[in-house]
Amino acid sequence: MAEQDETMLRDMTLGQYYPGKSILHSLDPRVKLHGALAFIVSVFLFHSFIGFAVVTAFLVACILMSRVPVRYMLKGIRPILIILIFTAVLNLFWTPGEPIWQYKILKITRQGLLNSGYMVVRLVYLVVGTSIMTLTTTPTRLTDGMEKNLRWLNFFKVPVHEIAMMMSIALRFVPILLEETDKIMKAQMARGADFETGNFFKKAKNMVPLLVPLFVSAWRRASDLAMAMEARCYRGGNGRTKMKPLIYNRTDVCALGLLVIYLVVLIVIRIIV
Amino acid sequence: MSFIKAVKLIHEYIHRDDDGNVDHIEKALDGVDLEMEPGEFVAILGHNGSGKSTLAKHLNAILNPTGGTLYVNGMDTSDARNTWEVRKSAGMVFQNPDNQIIAGMVEEDVGFGPENLGIPTDEIWERVKTSLSAVHMEKFRKHSPNKLSGGQKQRVAIAGVLAMQPECIVLDEPTAMLDPMGRRDVIDTIYELNRTKGVTVILITHYMEEVTKADRVFVMDKGRVVMKGTPREIFSQVETLKSYQLDVPQITLLAHELKQSGIDIPDGILTREELVEALCHLS
Repeated sequence: MAEQDETMLRDMTLGQYYPGKSILHSLDPRVKLHGALAFIVSVFLFHSFIGFAVVTAFLVACILMSRVPVRYMLKGIRPILIILIFTAVLNLFWTPGEPIWQYKILKITRQGLLNSGYMVVRLVYLVVGTSIMTLTTTPTRLTDGMEKNLRWLNFFKVPVHEIAMMMSIALRFVPILLEETDKIMKAQMARGADFETGNFFKKAKNMVPLLVPLFVSAWRRASDLAMAMEARCYRGGNGRTKMKPLIYNRTDVCALGLLVIYLVVLIVIRIIV
Repeated sequence: MSFIKAVKLIHEYIHRDDDGNVDHIEKALDGVDLEMEPGEFVAILGHNGSGKSTLAKHLNAILNPTGGTLYVNGMDTSDARNTWEVRKSAGMVFQNPDNQIIAGMVEEDVGFGPENLGIPTDEIWERVKTSLSAVHMEKFRKHSPNKLSGGQKQRVAIAGVLAMQPECIVLDEPTAMLDPMGRRDVIDTIYELNRTKGVTVILITHYMEEVTKADRVFVMDKGRVVMKGTPREIFSQVETLKSYQLDVPQITLLAHELKQSGIDIPDGILTREELVEALCHLS
């Protein structure tokens, strides 16, 4: 039982970066963020077979370019399986239109069939499309990209730099805290703590001797780290330079251009068809 | 002019009870007077609770004196306008290596300090490179800090401070959480930095073996500096040290015991070689 817990903790990885050297891996994270956004918009833009074909072609091209095994991208679908089935069923039976199959109050319409098909495809594409971004970008680069992309939020007094800094520090401390959880768990089990048996409420209650020391230690680490950061002259984002600044190179500009073309084509198809 | 000068430095921690009333006042520093010269290697020894860590935090303006004054590089640390300049000229390395590394990659962590100072990108890379090679960690620049040993992490932390190009490095028990191997690595690195790059080093520790090569040693007890001198002068007073709950290095202790039992050797022997030498001269 203890071994199970250990593997569970070790297997948990934050983000899901798949190391590689493809074009997508080397793109500026901002381009990929824009790309993911454009793709999400495009997925809800198409309502015809031509549009569907363009979106599919774009997605397949990205998958091929990323050189990441497809099964990694499909991993994200399992948690949303219930939502997927639910949406499909709802759309299938409750869309008004010309019926092609009927049994008492249950009826399936042609539009319903089409709608539910599109909805499922949309959700699957959404998951696969965004996981291409997270699979090809390290969490650090992603935070960097977000910090720079969302700088306009500063205007609304949103502390963008501080949030990005918090995210990257959280990323650094996840493995440390996991290891610590492991240690505390073992120490408490050695003293007879039981994390396995009982119903949900009992299990939740048994977690207290794990969570309290973990929180105390996390707090102490946070205060130590804050002191260490101040000692190294950290005073927020103002007047700070970057060791690895984000600069668009030629490939990034080309990729952005392709994104614009992709969106324009889809809008045109939407208007014409 | 001395680089660090403390005049009657006092720091009081005020403990309050649940209602916010003053419960009791603890004097962590009780009138400390000291001066340190640029390029010196100074060790500060003391038992737990002697005030040595509180003193360290003053040198970096993390704590401000509640009485007396402290000048670092000619600047008064209690003046808020000097805070960042003080931190720039006296870098600080802490005890727990995990809790002072900010970034997820070694080179990015070393670059964190210079980034905060607003150094141009090209120069940051230059500084990261030289700092990492100064602590012999250039091989690990792309590694995640989580995969390093304690001693390696501590050397990364030292590189992170070096990259800010301070005149002085304050190390607050940098080896307390390390294994003997890591401890020796870190201590060797610090001595090397002092000898080859001329960085002023203030090493706070309670391991006696680490201070035998220092230029000067201060011993603290109950918030006061109770002994000052070269390692040899300090360690020849074995009984006084014991009264401050400090142990002398094993070799010094052995020499002391030998002398006590009537063998004619000099006081304050610090290394095995010296003891061998002294014993061979007996006839």
